[in-house]
Amino acid sequence: MNIPSDLLYSKEHEWAKVDGEIATIGITDFAQGSLGDITFVELPKVGAKVEQFSNVGVIESVKTVSDLYTPLGGEIVEVNTAIDADPAALNTDPYGSGWLIKIKLSDTAQTQQLLNAAAYTDIAHD
Amino acid sequence: MSQPSANRPAPALIFETGAPGRATEYVERSRPHTEFLPQEMLRESLPLPDNSELDVVRHFTQLSQRTFGIDLGFYPLGSCTMKYNPRINDAMANLPGFCDLHPYAPDDLAQGSLAVMYELERSLSSIFGMAAFSLNPSAGAHAELAALLVAKKYFKDRGESKRTKVIVPDTAHGTNPASAAMCGFKVISLPSDARGRVSLEEIEKVLGDDTAVCMMTNPNTLGLFEDHIAEIAAAVHRVGGLMYYDGANANAIMGNVRPGDMGFDLMHLNTHKTFTIPHGGGGAGHGPLGVAAHLVEYLPTPVVRAIPDGKSELRRAPSDGMRFELDFDRPKSIGPMRSFWSNFAHAVRALSYLYANGAEGLKSVSQLAVLNANYLRVGVSEFLATPYPEICRHEFVASAQELKKETGVRALDIAKALLDRGFMAPTVYFPLIVPECLMMEPTETESKETLDLFIEALREIVETAKRDPQSVMAAPVNTVVGRIDETRAARQPDLRWRQSG
Repeated sequence: MNIPSDLLYSKEHEWAKVDGEIATIGITDFAQGSLGDITFVELPKVGAKVEQFSNVGVIESVKTVSDLYTPLGGEIVEVNTAIDADPAALNTDPYGSGWLIKIKLSDTAQTQQLLNAAAYTDIAHD
Repeated sequence: MSQPSANRPAPALIFETGAPGRATEYVERSRPHTEFLPQEMLRESLPLPDNSELDVVRHFTQLSQRTFGIDLGFYPLGSCTMKYNPRINDAMANLPGFCDLHPYAPDDLAQGSLAVMYELERSLSSIFGMAAFSLNPSAGAHAELAALLVAKKYFKDRGESKRTKVIVPDTAHGTNPASAAMCGFKVISLPSDARGRVSLEEIEKVLGDDTAVCMMTNPNTLGLFEDHIAEIAAAVHRVGGLMYYDGANANAIMGNVRPGDMGFDLMHLNTHKTFTIPHGGGGAGHGPLGVAAHLVEYLPTPVVRAIPDGKSELRRAPSDGMRFELDFDRPKSIGPMRSFWSNFAHAVRALSYLYANGAEGLKSVSQLAVLNANYLRVGVSEFLATPYPEICRHEFVASAQELKKETGVRALDIAKALLDRGFMAPTVYFPLIVPECLMMEPTETESKETLDLFIEALREIVETAKRDPQSVMAAPVNTVVGRIDETRAARQPDLRWRQSG
């Protein structure tokens, strides 16, 4: 299982890559593996203000429908619109072309509530 | 099991067969319809199939041979209660007095049908311990929505619109959070404890003056009875919230325990599950909504009102000595959830089933459903893990997680392999808290011999998986169609036939 060391993680199996005050967010390799083939993704609108750990979307797979939570709060500045046409990217490249949203952080200190790769490895199993 | 229809080519679509002028006309045409319709509304052609009656009969009979249902074999689909539907109930619903009645018939001409609705309503209230039921909603999720609309109006009337949160355990049917969200509530998901139950400690953490409703299924989807239900209901009531009972699993409890006595204020029933109405094809359902006394005036309209006729003295049935009318004048009601009198024929089927069984019969229905589930659980536990190894109610869960680690064979593959052996697959990957979950509900209508055959088929699949996993992953091979590409079906659905040329 792939858990890149330069990312932050939530207990709900989302990852965040923080670059200054912008964070890119997606779901982890473990999450995509548990969900199975992903068929549909519903994402928030650009400009929406979201709170840390709140529900911001829905991920539908062959097996189940899951809520998407944002590991960090702020304003949505970009969403991955290419995912609509190719939801399989979440399965094949969850940390790359399968990214979901970019957020302008309201409070960078929120990152302290997330896990590093080592801590996430401990919880990323069935 | 032999499959006479296997490998037979798929019949053409009905739209692709026939020829102009082939339809058999048994009744001479009267005046042409062009005399009645406005000229600008007429069209040159209408591409409907033009087939003889015999070809149409053959077409649909062949299609019916290519499908699977309870009439063909065992159907252990968890939480769906796929029991046998006795034909007598259909015969009752097809009596001309019921099925030929016009929906706009005045109450005076519909006394028999109104009596059916009244007797079913009274009977359900008695069996489940509620003050009243509405027969208006069309199915379970529809009734959940109605119930939450009732709760919303109730809180609004009490000046408690700040109650915005609905609590749902993580084992709940997916419709519970969906209904709550649809109704504008915020959903709080509650983790189950190690015993697979709602924990009193966890629920107390989320209860407050913003709690609207706690939605629970009892027994829950692990097939386990929530043994702290009285304490949970008391805790929810203490903060002013309402308790909602999802009746999808009511087949486990009839005549043995009543949701009203457990402390529930609202509940629904899936009469198409518990009271044998054909379902599974996505067809018409029936979802009566029951409420405690303080919520009766909010029920959907209309309700059937009984007025003593002052004539008959001997009362054998609840409707004896009564005349009935439909009451639309209910100022606090949330209004109708659907047109006319809902799926009325299902009310006839449900009442027929209820009276055919009687009070003692319904009690033994639930007891036999529980007995069958436990027999199956113990048999299956010899070769598949059962994560909650205790006496279950009407259903139980097994997990293929170990088998998957060992052989790569998943719950989905086991499900497909069962189809090859002439059985419907159980529910898979639900509830979500059990990895590689298989959820089985045999119902009371199966014999020990059928359960034994199913257990042996499942045992043989697990043994084959250890010896030759590829063959299980290739299943099904004996069915009319092989393994379906579910991913492509979901990503690129092709739902509509278009005429070519």
